[in-house]
Amino acid sequence: MIEIAGMACIAIGLLFDLLGCIGLVRMPDIYNRLQAATKCVTFGTCSIMFGTFLMVGFSSTGVKALLCIVFVALTAPVSAHALSRAAHKSGIKLWDKSVIDKYREDYPNE
Amino acid sequence: MKSRIAFFVVVFILWLLLCMTFDWVHVVSGVVIACFISLVAGDMFVTRPYVLKNPFRYLWFMYYVPLFIWECLKANIDVAYRVIHPMRPIKPGIVKVKTRLKSETGLTFLANSITLTPGTMSVDLDEENGIIYIHWINVVSTDIDEATERIVSRFERVLAKIFE
Amino acid sequence: MKRTIIWLAGTIGILAVLYIIFYHPFPFSFFPELPHLSFYGRCFYVLLLSSALCLLRVALGPTAADRIVAVDILGILIVGFCAILNIPTGRGWYMDIAIAWALQSFIATIALAKYLEGKNLDD
Repeated sequence: MIEIAGMACIAIGLLFDLLGCIGLVRMPDIYNRLQAATKCVTFGTCSIMFGTFLMVGFSSTGVKALLCIVFVALTAPVSAHALSRAAHKSGIKLWDKSVIDKYREDYPNE
Repeated sequence: MKSRIAFFVVVFILWLLLCMTFDWVHVVSGVVIACFISLVAGDMFVTRPYVLKNPFRYLWFMYYVPLFIWECLKANIDVAYRVIHPMRPIKPGIVKVKTRLKSETGLTFLANSITLTPGTMSVDLDEENGIIYIHWINVVSTDIDEATERIVSRFERVLAKIFE
Repeated sequence: MKRTIIWLAGTIGILAVLYIIFYHPFPFSFFPELPHLSFYGRCFYVLLLSSALCLLRVALGPTAADRIVAVDILGILIVGFCAILNIPTGRGWYMDIAIAWALQSFIATIALAKYLEGKNLDD
């Protein structure tokens, strides 16, 4: 029973990984790519880790899988934040059909 | 000193979880390594050790984790719908929101929560004025108060009870 | 019109690759001696498809920032590879590689972001 639950977790994670990478190819500019890819791939990898934990149980490997979930969920949004700020400061424009850019209005010369 | 002791406990528990073997070689080497790390970097991470004593903060943290997982699941389904739709129904833009949080840990957790919840990603923080710039994939309103109401207020209420 | 054609081509391509992965030795296969894949082998091929899409973005990306984003996402995918390899082989040290790879990829991304921003590394 618990093996089937683990396999279901791994399958859901793989589905979201694939959707995130499709979003990385399809979206028009770097900020939208970061949105789609970071959310879907982080959730997918955490779900694969949780499936591994369910299959292995409370052994040394399972506890390492739980720790790895915490690491990935804490570090992936921080790196996305750093990348988007660096891209905006290095002068990459938003997509042409974007609605508003308050950050460019407040810091016009960076 | 108190911050160093708290950091020592955290590092030692992390070491034991990474080893998962409890013979005396691992325990003694773990004590030595945790002492060294907490002497070097103790007061860098835990700046206000008195907040660790309040048990209600841990209860609110227990409440925060399922809320965060539920919002994360909703965000993933939303983004997956926008990705596989043939017309790409997106309307992106960068908006500005206000926040009441002051502590660095609270602001970091708020930015992480914003990044993993539906359609939003934090771009920059202005710590003195309490302003966060947010890239929103489907801009509903450009007004600062309404954007604050829609994006931040779900998490700010809980995070203020945990980290302030 | 052009976008609809590209969308159709991409969808049909990805669905065809998934069909080949899940029905791996065809009943009318040219190589009938191929072994059946296990569940984990199929998981592995789906992750390889995701990595191929990431590498497509690395090849296409118009600016340097797009390539850095794709490499960052590839780092998180490799953590998933290590976690899946852990179960059928039964070797626990793949999880150590996963943790080390997650931390190292995070540090590399932060350094690349600082470089893109045009600052020094100690800021």
